[in-house]
Amino acid sequence: MTDLDLKIWRGGPAGGELVAFRAPVLEGMVVLDAVLWVQANMAPDLAVRWNCKAAKCGSCSAEIEGFPRLMCKTPITEYGGQLTVRPMKAFPVIKDLVTDVSWNYEVNKQIPPFTPSEKDRSTSEPWRMQQKDVERVMEFRKCIECFLCQDVCHVLRNHDMGSAFYGPRFMVRIASLEMHPKDMLDRRPLLRGEAGVGYCNITKCCTEVCPEHIKITDNAIIPLKERMDDIYFDPVRSVINRLTGRGRRSKEG
Amino acid sequence: MNTTAYETVETDVLVLGAGGAGLRGAIAAAETGARVVIVCKSLLGKAHTVMAEGGVAAAMHNVAYQDTWEVHFADTIKGGKFINDWRMAELHAKESPERVLELERWGAVFDRTWQGRIHQRPFGAHTYPRLAHIGDRTGLELIRTLQDRAVHAHGVDVHMEVTVFKLLKSKAGRIAGALAYRRSDGALILYRCAAVLLATGGAGKMYRVTSNSWECTGDGTALAYDAGAQLRDMEMVQFHPTGMVWPSGVRGILVTEGVRGEGGVLRNSGGERFMERYDPDRMELSSRDVVARAINSEVLAGRGSPHGGAFLDITHRKPEFIKSKLPSMYEQFLKLAKVDITKQPMEVAPTIHYAMGGVRVEAETGATTVAGLYAAGEVASGLHGANRLGGNSLSDLLVFGKRAGDAAGLAAGADLKAAQSSIDPAEVDEAIAELMAPFGRPAGENPYQLQAEIQDVMSAHAPIVRDGPGLKAGLEKILDLAARSAICGTGGTTSRAFNPGWHTAYDLRSMLVNAEALLRSALERKESRGAHARSDYPDTDDQLTSINHVVERTANGMQVRAEHRPPMPEYLAEAVRHSYARYTPEEME
Repeated sequence: MTDLDLKIWRGGPAGGELVAFRAPVLEGMVVLDAVLWVQANMAPDLAVRWNCKAAKCGSCSAEIEGFPRLMCKTPITEYGGQLTVRPMKAFPVIKDLVTDVSWNYEVNKQIPPFTPSEKDRSTSEPWRMQQKDVERVMEFRKCIECFLCQDVCHVLRNHDMGSAFYGPRFMVRIASLEMHPKDMLDRRPLLRGEAGVGYCNITKCCTEVCPEHIKITDNAIIPLKERMDDIYFDPVRSVINRLTGRGRRSKEG
Repeated sequence: MNTTAYETVETDVLVLGAGGAGLRGAIAAAETGARVVIVCKSLLGKAHTVMAEGGVAAAMHNVAYQDTWEVHFADTIKGGKFINDWRMAELHAKESPERVLELERWGAVFDRTWQGRIHQRPFGAHTYPRLAHIGDRTGLELIRTLQDRAVHAHGVDVHMEVTVFKLLKSKAGRIAGALAYRRSDGALILYRCAAVLLATGGAGKMYRVTSNSWECTGDGTALAYDAGAQLRDMEMVQFHPTGMVWPSGVRGILVTEGVRGEGGVLRNSGGERFMERYDPDRMELSSRDVVARAINSEVLAGRGSPHGGAFLDITHRKPEFIKSKLPSMYEQFLKLAKVDITKQPMEVAPTIHYAMGGVRVEAETGATTVAGLYAAGEVASGLHGANRLGGNSLSDLLVFGKRAGDAAGLAAGADLKAAQSSIDPAEVDEAIAELMAPFGRPAGENPYQLQAEIQDVMSAHAPIVRDGPGLKAGLEKILDLAARSAICGTGGTTSRAFNPGWHTAYDLRSMLVNAEALLRSALERKESRGAHARSDYPDTDDQLTSINHVVERTANGMQVRAEHRPPMPEYLAEAVRHSYARYTPEEME
């Protein structure tokens, strides 16, 4: 059996470096197995996040050979006998492969939660919804919050614009609420304002890295852009708004 | 750095764990007006509940109009081989439909029937199609819904990646706080609170082949035991019949029972549908203990698959059907095993999945035997008896998470003054010294090595079919490992910043309490019942049907004693009798 040459980035907020390890290869091994082997046998304080090891929790995000992926879902055979693992670049490093993703949780708190109508809230009858009507939302609700889309998004990664743009994950979240058949809230002012949907210039990198294969750009972000455009940038509506004095609305955001 | 310095956080209710039970409990406690802090070992939303695939069991009769709470109750009791806490089973069957509908009102999106109601799928040992589901990612939907509800709820604060290592009691003996460390920097936190709700999940990590994540080290059970609470039914650990077996890197990962619910069949190496010989009426949808032992028996008889399992085949279903009903299974096998389940059978074998036993609780409130300490979900015991039905864990989380959260919130309000009584500083210092001790043993044993040895012992000595001598030998090895773990190191590192070696050194303590309680209780139960099968006592002993084993800490160490359970009231007994007559005649013998 051949061994795997594994380089793992080790360090903290002040900096770090790639450290070389050699791990035995087992059939069907994924990158996370190799990293955990190194932890148990060579570097007991190697920091790495993981939970389910079955691509369902989205904890073990990292950059493998420079590409953002889940370590538990990446067979080492894809890389031959050597590979390099680094932490996600878009977030501050805590230690080794562990990054500080708390910003995402703060963003989520800013998004107004699911809000059904008064009538739906007060009825004691179970709701009726058709499968067709909920399927669209189900795609977005597959998100496991691995934050790989946030990591790869150049608005966040290269331009550090977290203060102006919520990032793809939260476009998906807003889409899941906006397109829920029972949700009554209008989050378009939020999209135009704080959430900054306009910053996305649809390069679709987020869609490419999504382990759940959510079509983030096509199915979430573009429809949200269109919804926002409808009220803020439709030229016909703009004229009507000006004539009827309803143009003030656009200041809400 | 001063090793004993700690920050102090005050709250009313401290919830340990952010899985389904912890989140539902936190929401309930906050609704009583209490301030709530949730502490969890991982990031929010990563708890083991996300792994639940099949669905949540609730007698909503959307698919089978005949379904009622009585039938669900009878299924649960029969599945648990009659040692369940019947009051818990009753409350669970009655209240789970309301808890599911409530989730929908909080934004959860379930699969629908053609009439637009919540769809329900068939599952093992449930008489009727009963599991509300979202494809095969029901747990994710549940946790995301509860997570969003909780973070937007008034007064709930979440402290992520924090591990509690000690529960603190006042002089009067009620819960007054907890000590914890933060993973990221190793800082210590003293939580002062009036009530603690344990929702820490199971202890599957004490086995090698498990569907559980690193977190599932049985912390809650160990903390409660340490604080003087009673444990119950600790011998009852569920092997899920279908875990992945190949390739070896993915061994143990769960293959949802939904595969069988949607029509998947089990075959041995000869192509025989062997469940016909073990349970001809319910076949693949028999209860989990029966299916797991059947696969085990086939493998032992030399009829196993190439890697020591059975074949699970759903290729007779249309590819589109499989991809829509079991999307994550399709993806999981394609990615990890290079198997296209629409064309090839899966190879599966039993994997450790769930602890039916745990902290002893009161049915109505989730109160443990320690004042101010509550428990809900997998860490608690009683509902599932000797074997859990699929789908009953998610409903368990919702029903008893809410009940325990309500009770903890109300108790915290009423007893705040009493709870603010003294915490003994000497006890705090002692606990901290013990947590820090591994740093002072540079030559101490490697905790990962010890963890692996615990897993080997439990896998060898408390397997799917046990026997007295094996359990006894296992107990001796576990006690030896406990002695070695008490003086282990961190693997030779000294930094407190995100140091998993140090974290593991603490986790060992929890695993060892769970392992010891399991082995001692299993030795006491001299019969085979549900998940507890003994080759030296292969039959079920009717005399033991009214017995539960209670584990307690005494001056002489861990003690197990048998306790008689009061008989169920007539209306519940009637529900069970009625179900025999009408629904599952095969269980008449």
